[in-house]
Amino acid sequence: MTSTRTRTGTGTGTRTRTRPTPGRILAWALMTVALVATLFPFYWMVRTALTPAADLYSDSTGPLPQHPTMINFWRVLGLTSQEEARAAGGSGAQVDFLRYLLNSVVYSGLIAFLQTLFCAMAGYAFARLRFPGRDAVFGVLIAALMVPPIFTVLPNFVLVKNLGWLNTFAGMVAPSVLMTPFAVFFLRQFFLSIPREVEEAAVLDGVGAWGVFWRVVMPMSRGPLLTIGLTTAVWAWKDYLWPLLTGREEETRVLTVALGIFQQQSPNTQPDWTGLMAGSTLSVLPVLVILILLGRRLVESLNFTGIK
Amino acid sequence: MGASTAIASPRQRGGSRTGKGASPGRPRRARDDRRAAWLFLAPALAGFALFYAYPTARGVYYSLTDYSLLNDPHFTGTENYRQLIGDDQFWNALKVTGYYVVLNIGSQMILALGLATLMHRLTRSVALRAMLLVPWLVPNVTVGLLWMWMLDANLGLVNHLLGAFGVGPTGFLTSPTWAMPTVAGINAWAYTGYTALLLYAGMLQIPRHLYESASLDGAGEWRMFTRITLPLLRPVLALVLVVSLIGSFQIFDTIAVTTKGGPVGATRVIYFYIYEQAFTYFHMGYASAVAVILALLLGVLTAVQMRLLRASRSDLA
Repeated sequence: MTSTRTRTGTGTGTRTRTRPTPGRILAWALMTVALVATLFPFYWMVRTALTPAADLYSDSTGPLPQHPTMINFWRVLGLTSQEEARAAGGSGAQVDFLRYLLNSVVYSGLIAFLQTLFCAMAGYAFARLRFPGRDAVFGVLIAALMVPPIFTVLPNFVLVKNLGWLNTFAGMVAPSVLMTPFAVFFLRQFFLSIPREVEEAAVLDGVGAWGVFWRVVMPMSRGPLLTIGLTTAVWAWKDYLWPLLTGREEETRVLTVALGIFQQQSPNTQPDWTGLMAGSTLSVLPVLVILILLGRRLVESLNFTGIK
Repeated sequence: MGASTAIASPRQRGGSRTGKGASPGRPRRARDDRRAAWLFLAPALAGFALFYAYPTARGVYYSLTDYSLLNDPHFTGTENYRQLIGDDQFWNALKVTGYYVVLNIGSQMILALGLATLMHRLTRSVALRAMLLVPWLVPNVTVGLLWMWMLDANLGLVNHLLGAFGVGPTGFLTSPTWAMPTVAGINAWAYTGYTALLLYAGMLQIPRHLYESASLDGAGEWRMFTRITLPLLRPVLALVLVVSLIGSFQIFDTIAVTTKGGPVGATRVIYFYIYEQAFTYFHMGYASAVAVILALLLGVLTAVQMRLLRASRSDLA
């Protein structure tokens, strides 16, 4: 669905062959500058992560580390002993980024999967089912878009705390898994665009609304579902304030929270930069995996999540 | 629209499937769809009630109390709001947030528009777009740490390079003058690629033949940009601008990692101020009052966004 739509938007005559004029060369030069500015800091992050902490003063500016090492990765992943970690520039505090990485995957995976599912159900009801007050209920739900997150964060924190759900995944994902106004809105728009004949054929076969939804509508909506799922996963992956408030403890600590805590644990006046950059690299790696596997989908999803 | 077909399908289903309802035709069919609707909507409605509606009411209530997380709330009327008017830190937070938004949105929109135009006129490469998207995919916490390191006064690469030009070490994030422009710049770096892709998507909606005929008429790139791209992009541009503004007003992560509101309140934006009041000083009631003000501000922007969303659809889709 997405790709055909983009292609029609792009037009068929793609690009007229153009000679390299000075203007075009300048434009490509600017584009190159933009690309370098975008990607260079990541190169520098990895370069620092591969530098021994002891070398940081003497060797912090060359393009490559003089004595490349993996020790910073091993120690933030909790694979070295405390002594080794301290010797390599750590604060001696227990860090286990392998666990935080998994926690982040669980946190964003749960939110992306359940939120997409429940919002698809709601979106379908608003698009196709007939029941009294449908449009009014939809309007009220969408009005929740007007409530900024910070406003609900405070009472939601109190609620989760009173439920005794602090530092549990249940408490961390509860406010996001059931629904988000945008996803309901977006998926409803898509379901409205499906030709009715498809569903009617199934209805004639005696399948109920639930069956139509699962067997007909969901399979043909893979594109938009993946779009919403991916953008939700990215959002949850980046989330900081809410998991910081509700999931600080080791068992539920996600990567962003772990990086913030790790930064504050620095022993000396100077932060543990090599360790921090190793941890930061770990927070970027899954993003690269997603980008390589689903880059086209992700890029094209912006064509309509933002505008449409 | 399409109301007749909408009624047709459930009716057929109701008729063919259920024979149990004794009541005659019409009411039975309506009830059947209603039951399915409940099933479909239950999770979303529960989520809305528990985590949107209830906390919104709670938040407004807290703002009228002296709630402190440690003690039970006592109703104090408009006391928090009266205190707020005399609170220099609150006004400073508003001012500083405004300063941030202007710097951040200004640089980000201009850079993104330039970048989108370059992409639009040069290439359709998905790989290129994916690479430009990377900073947006990375947590703001990572972005903040990354730039803290790059900009470090002692060992950071940026100061090292500036040193080669005879510029002394600058504490970009520790100087009251530079901290806010630096944070605004960091976030502009993180969001320019994303914003550019949204604008680029809007540019793809502009019919190509306009550029082709303009080119045949001898129009240069700048002329095409000002006469075709900008005017036709306006609805999308407005929408992206408002969406970016809403995001920008809620800056938190980057500041929580890099400056923590300092130095001397130079980057204590409103979101961070709310966080500090609520979770450092436990002034939950007062923090809620500040949040109400921020919510009103953002509510206006969101209302504008929804209007634009409708407008842009009718224009372009």
